[in-house]
Amino acid sequence: MSAEATGQKFNIDTVEHAAGTPETDLPWAELGLKDNEFARIQEILGRRPTAAELAMYSVMWSEHCSYKSSKVHLSQFGEKVTEKMKEHLLVGIGENAGVVDIGDGWAVTFKVESHNHPSMVEPYQGAATGVGGIVRDIISMGARPVAVMDPLRFGAIDHPDTARVVHGVVAGIGGYGNSLGLPNIGGEVVFDSVYQGNPLVNALAVGVLRHEDIRLANASGTGNKVVLFGARTGGDGIGGASVLASESFDDTKPSKRPAVQVGDPFAEKVLIECCLELFKASVVEGIQDLGAAGISCATSELASNGDGGMHVELTNVLLRDPSLTPGEILMSESQERMMAVVTPENQAAFEAIMDKWNVEYSWLGEVTGTGRLVIDWAGETIVDVDPRTVAHDGPVYERPFARPEWLDALQQQKFDGERPASDSELRAAVLELMASPNMCSKDWITNQYDRYVQGNTAMAMPDDAGVVRVDEETGLGVAISTDCNARYSYLNPYEGARAALAEAYRNVATSGAKPLAVTDCLNFGSPEDPAIMWQFAETVRGLADACQELGVPVTGGNVSLYNQTGGVGIHPTPVVGVLGVFDDVTRRTPSGWREDGQAIYLLGTTRDELDGSEWANLRGHLGGQPPVVDLEAEMTLAAILINSSRDGMIDSAHDLSEGGLAAALSESSLRFGVGARIGLDELCERDGVDAFTALFSESHGRAIVGVPRSEEVRFKDMCTARRFPFIRVGVVDTANGALDVQGRFSLPLDELRAAHEGTLPKYFG
Amino acid sequence: MPRIVVDVMPKPEILDPQGKAIAGALPRLGLDGFVEVRQGKRFELTIDGEATDEALAKARTAATTLLSNPVIEDVTRVEWINDAAAGDVE
Repeated sequence: MSAEATGQKFNIDTVEHAAGTPETDLPWAELGLKDNEFARIQEILGRRPTAAELAMYSVMWSEHCSYKSSKVHLSQFGEKVTEKMKEHLLVGIGENAGVVDIGDGWAVTFKVESHNHPSMVEPYQGAATGVGGIVRDIISMGARPVAVMDPLRFGAIDHPDTARVVHGVVAGIGGYGNSLGLPNIGGEVVFDSVYQGNPLVNALAVGVLRHEDIRLANASGTGNKVVLFGARTGGDGIGGASVLASESFDDTKPSKRPAVQVGDPFAEKVLIECCLELFKASVVEGIQDLGAAGISCATSELASNGDGGMHVELTNVLLRDPSLTPGEILMSESQERMMAVVTPENQAAFEAIMDKWNVEYSWLGEVTGTGRLVIDWAGETIVDVDPRTVAHDGPVYERPFARPEWLDALQQQKFDGERPASDSELRAAVLELMASPNMCSKDWITNQYDRYVQGNTAMAMPDDAGVVRVDEETGLGVAISTDCNARYSYLNPYEGARAALAEAYRNVATSGAKPLAVTDCLNFGSPEDPAIMWQFAETVRGLADACQELGVPVTGGNVSLYNQTGGVGIHPTPVVGVLGVFDDVTRRTPSGWREDGQAIYLLGTTRDELDGSEWANLRGHLGGQPPVVDLEAEMTLAAILINSSRDGMIDSAHDLSEGGLAAALSESSLRFGVGARIGLDELCERDGVDAFTALFSESHGRAIVGVPRSEEVRFKDMCTARRFPFIRVGVVDTANGALDVQGRFSLPLDELRAAHEGTLPKYFG
Repeated sequence: MPRIVVDVMPKPEILDPQGKAIAGALPRLGLDGFVEVRQGKRFELTIDGEATDEALAKARTAATTLLSNPVIEDVTRVEWINDAAAGDVE
């Protein structure tokens, strides 16, 4: 890998040696650096970097860690934020995760991240360590992790390789999350051939803390000690960030394979409890988890966020493999490690807590006031850099972007496929939709996750949002939903991003919670392709605009580029997570019907919007423009859903999104096995659509609600007062055991359930 | 019948949580002196017929494609074992 690896190990490349040997050949290209980047490093240092410095810069300046292609666009998330939006924000973008005030002195931290590339190489360990990594981000904010969610994208359901990836990823998420004792409360599963070579494994975690417990990643106070604790450092995952997550895959380079880490959830569980005790005892000044880029990232970020200096002796790092070179130690992505800053007075208390939990630790060095990050190897300086140049002042690229030429033609191709008209065709179409890979029941997956452990889960899959209780006394709690329809984004990335936010926002409101904050995981192909860069730029612009219009700030997230194999990129997939708050989770609104005779109302307007829809997808069509997003309407709808939930005017609510009314009606009836009698004629007449469009269109800003008879007048008055369209489409029927679309067709729930639940077991069971 | 043994070990640079757990348990049981434990797995493949080189080659293919995960594991042995001492020492 470097001079020290090929030569004898103890011939270390010191700063002094580097200054005297400017001509030494360094493997910067192999480490993923471009020639202009290597030149910039030499300019910053005024000499050639040492092997260890080169290792640090190469991982920290990688796309994954530096956001060098995305930074110029992401700044919009900060610029398009109003004071009003920051009202509930305790910690914003830039820290390990954002923190949101939810009242009563409680705060919640949440974030979604990608672990796509590791999961492609090794599905089980990639997905497992994805959960582990995001959970450590939550711990490092000072919070107790309380739930996880996983938005997943796989290749075509019938492709021979898909089952391998699905089995590995699902088992990995379950294996790690279940071992940690964290409920998995939702997410998404989408099958599409565009993800064949690039499955997307995004992981979201939520944590709970008191306001005063917030911890930040900075190293302040000259003389304070720097400590590394948790698992030992081994040779796993070396260069994961720079090589795996920052380049396109190419079959000709099998050497990229071993950059995979293996996780140990039981070690992480101990780390969680140990960290929480450290916080409670107030013995750490700053803390940082070790994820991508390992010690390189932790030391440079802690140092540059604090007083600006740190001095570390690298031989103090506890190793699993004693043959590691300094550069490898700096780059290793071994899991379940944390770094903290501790005052000398608290060292003994810190050590006592480590000993209690039987966690290994080693004191690496101390905070200095020099403004330099200095790393020694057996007393000889091997790194001497300004930490900001490593952590924050990496290269920034204004990559060229251009609207792809093919987009106009694509947007002209409106859906012109089969539109079932007869009653029997409509019936068959609903069955086909509900059995399709993307609309079918995901029970086969979610049953492998623990959804109710810890006893605070108020709702989980298959409801619209996951809901967890935060305060057992008052019932204060949060709802979270993640959404993205990548087909919409492919057709129109600006509108697709707005749609993803609108849907997640709607889902949270549908559960009865008030949306407060946003996290996002932006999964794209290669930024070196101007068309993909344009998709990215449009997505960020759309999402930032929509956040501003809805008044919910982005608190953090992650960008995953180079999701591209053999030149084929994924559809732009901006996964958006929205977090909302409940005063009392017992008031949550479930998605299914229960009470006989309750009226079913459809809120919102149905237009002929089938482009990008599930139905079009089933007919192999992808073209036209995605459904129009009207955020004013979304806000009114959300207000109606939240207020009517709080005031007891509705007993059930389900948002309309993929699969439209057909999917919502089917899911609401299957949720508790209670049928309904539905009439579409009035709706068709009012909105000027046929029965097929009424059932399958994916117009935004819609939801169905179940209203008790005693509340109908009050509910209708509220909708009228807010000038929001509503129409009665049916009544709950506990006796008929069917979804009965009157005058057209009847679907016995048994038949619907068999179709809905049979798909995943057929392919993967 | 002739049998082939295949040993698979986690790659040296890869964390082995099972081995680590065992290493942690040994001193608790009073069994001191072991500095590291790595846990692998062993397969025994029985052949219907002669012990040919071709069978051994097939076993090698099986070892690298099915019995091990080449991303995180190494095949450390593919050999005939002597049936007289099967299950014990070859």
